[in-house]
Amino acid sequence: MASKGICDRVAIVGMGCTKFGEHWNRSASDLLVDAVQEAYGSAGIEPDNVDAYWLGTTGSGISGLTLSEPLKIQYKPVTRLENMCATGSEAIRNAAYAVASGAYDLVMAVGVEKLKDSGFSGLTGSAPPGDGTESGMTAPANFSLLAPAYAEKYGVDLETMRDVLTQIAYKNHYNGARNEKAQFQREVPIEKINASPKVAGMLGIMDCSGVSDGSAAAVICRAEDAHKYNDNPIFIKALSFVAGPSEGAKRQDYDFTTFPEVVESARDAYVQAGIEDPREQISMAEVHDCFTPTELVLMEDLGFSPRGQAWKDTMDGRFDLDGEQPVNPDGGLKSFGHPIGASGLRMMYEMWLQLRGEAGERQIADPKLGLTHNLGGAPGRCVSFVSVVGL
Amino acid sequence: MSGIVRYGSYVPFNRIQRSAIGAGRGERAAASYDEDSASMAVEASREALRELPEGAAVDTVAFASTSAPYFEKLNAATLQAATNLPKSVTALDLGGSTRSGLSALLAGIDMASAGRTVLVAASDVVVGAPSGPRESGGGDAAAAFVLGANGTEPVARLIGRASCTEEVLDVWKSPGMPFAKQWEERFGADVYTPLLVETFGRALADAGVSASDLSKVVLDGTNARVFRGFLRPAGIAPEQILDGLAGTVGRAGSAHAGLVLASALDGASAGDRIAVAVVADGVDVAVFEVTDAIDGGRPKHSVASWVESKRNDLAYTTYLKWREVLPFEPPRRPDPDRPAAPPMQRAERWKFGFLGSRCNRCGNTNLPPQRVCVVCQAVDDSTVEPYADGECRISTYTLDRLAYSLQPPVIGAVVDFDKGGRMLCQLTDVDPDNVGIGDELEMTFRRLYTAGGVHNYFWKARPKR
Repeated sequence: MASKGICDRVAIVGMGCTKFGEHWNRSASDLLVDAVQEAYGSAGIEPDNVDAYWLGTTGSGISGLTLSEPLKIQYKPVTRLENMCATGSEAIRNAAYAVASGAYDLVMAVGVEKLKDSGFSGLTGSAPPGDGTESGMTAPANFSLLAPAYAEKYGVDLETMRDVLTQIAYKNHYNGARNEKAQFQREVPIEKINASPKVAGMLGIMDCSGVSDGSAAAVICRAEDAHKYNDNPIFIKALSFVAGPSEGAKRQDYDFTTFPEVVESARDAYVQAGIEDPREQISMAEVHDCFTPTELVLMEDLGFSPRGQAWKDTMDGRFDLDGEQPVNPDGGLKSFGHPIGASGLRMMYEMWLQLRGEAGERQIADPKLGLTHNLGGAPGRCVSFVSVVGL
Repeated sequence: MSGIVRYGSYVPFNRIQRSAIGAGRGERAAASYDEDSASMAVEASREALRELPEGAAVDTVAFASTSAPYFEKLNAATLQAATNLPKSVTALDLGGSTRSGLSALLAGIDMASAGRTVLVAASDVVVGAPSGPRESGGGDAAAAFVLGANGTEPVARLIGRASCTEEVLDVWKSPGMPFAKQWEERFGADVYTPLLVETFGRALADAGVSASDLSKVVLDGTNARVFRGFLRPAGIAPEQILDGLAGTVGRAGSAHAGLVLASALDGASAGDRIAVAVVADGVDVAVFEVTDAIDGGRPKHSVASWVESKRNDLAYTTYLKWREVLPFEPPRRPDPDRPAAPPMQRAERWKFGFLGSRCNRCGNTNLPPQRVCVVCQAVDDSTVEPYADGECRISTYTLDRLAYSLQPPVIGAVVDFDKGGRMLCQLTDVDPDNVGIGDELEMTFRRLYTAGGVHNYFWKARPKR
């Protein structure tokens, strides 16, 4: 019992992505127009060619009108969807399955988030009316639980753990410094990361992803049509999504050193793509580094490192831009920023650039397979998305 | 004859030094930012209700306070729900004077004589105008009593009583006034002292005892000057007067007489006679005789143990912030949502009663109660499992410096119960620098925040006190 997959049956033939950041002079509608126009151009198509749209946003609009109105889409289906921080990836997954089914020939997946209009720090959400018994803890607090748990389980002293987290932040800012669309385009010295003001547990501000505005879009069609639109399409090998039963938040045997949802979505994706050894077969990955310890745990959950070894692989440079298995070559959520609904598509945008040899200074030599991983929720209670793409 | 079947007390964890206020010696108890008179009444009531003797089933709940969280909405209903008393109880709020605590106790004993079993909880958060005597001399605390007759052996019987009511402008607070005011103390003393002497005498006559027969005398009132001229005419020796906790707790409004009575019962022996007098808008006097049941009827926490368990370095500005006297810069985060009435009603047994569920098929416990078991996925096949007194410990924790709180950082902990079950909850009454994995915790009923005028009550965990 698993998804059968659509390996090599669907292609991405065009993409667009705005710069992520504090766009005080740009509305969500403006960002959507920018990303979608770039994607149209990238695929060499007109709006009329697109049969249907999937728009992911967690809070920057409701309904398909969020997209159809600013772009004046002419009476086409637009689905607005939400799956927490994995929203953008869900837009890709649903759009891809729509063309695979044959219901449509050419579709678009779009993501957008306008976070900086709220005036608040961190993320804000609008929960349905409730009974007031939720813990009230913020995202950094929830994810901060990973670091001491990991350190204790694998005998890593807290000073070394700090170095590992700092290395992850350093690496992602190093990569983002080489990306003109990233929110933060500067390398950050180790000492500055270590000394950043504490937000939750071991985590300082420099352990947190950037709160930003942005939008990204992908044009998707069946593989047999791909070369009609683009000489260098990329192909979907696997799309996997898991929503967990929230066991970790309720069962005492969960120890906060893994995301069972990620393990399962990765397993499913690897079956779909025919991958047996992700550590060797995946050339590069964009993963959900919402907070630095998340990236550390993901390296093990995705099978890039054996259990208890990701901290060593991190310190050894395995996941650096010039390492054996670069992770977050575009800067990740950390440095590229995290406009929630757009992030999954932004991850795919880097795969698009890298696989087509268009990543410039960040170009990874001869990548074969890329992975994107998108997470929503908190340790013990989350959703997880994994895709594998290639040529 | 009717009397006190069980009793309990509660003194909050925080103390403010009077030197920090610039007013006198000693310290006063201060309710935490997440406490109010209703939540403290729940804590004291849990003490009184923990091990009720056979045959004592509470059918009446009374809540007395001059600082009730709601002017309109039954505060005693919060008490009923949080202590899992049956919905068939008669419930009432009393207030209006700090004498209401002892008045409620006497009324409860009358009800007990009529066959009822009554929980009376008196609780106050005393807020005075900055640098005034009420601020430094006041204290926050709660006391609770289960009153009964017929078939339950009381730990102390009421053997005499007397009352007096006087229309007098002594302490007053009308709607819109932020703080109570008090008339010149010399005036109050001249009015009250003769009333106290006379009423006290009537109560002793009612009990058929003389002043020298009293082991302890509890004297409480709005005006300490009243008692100066009382002892000699009443024939009471200074050593009969019980320590009024002025130096350690402060006068805890309507709860105070009950709190000091509880401390008297903590140290009492069978046969002891204890008189309690409260002077506020008149006088109430009650005379109790302690019975043989006292040794098996004391609560888990004595007043002295509450008084000793404390953190005593509360900053004055923090205290003023907690009491909403001092405006402050809020965190750059959205205000918390007002909890909604229908979800609160649906979740009442969890939110107030702290009842989880235990799966009938696999035995796993679920917090909050789940229709589908998280382990075996059995559907609608579980029994209620109480958790308020559940032993628990910290599995892991974090300090959240971003979350909204009147006392950042919020300490979020993954709490595992010894009987099974896990929940993510906030810790309270804890030093952030002194928290560790494995620490033993106990649950406490708190007011998480107030939004849109609605107090959001739920449970937190605290280090064992």
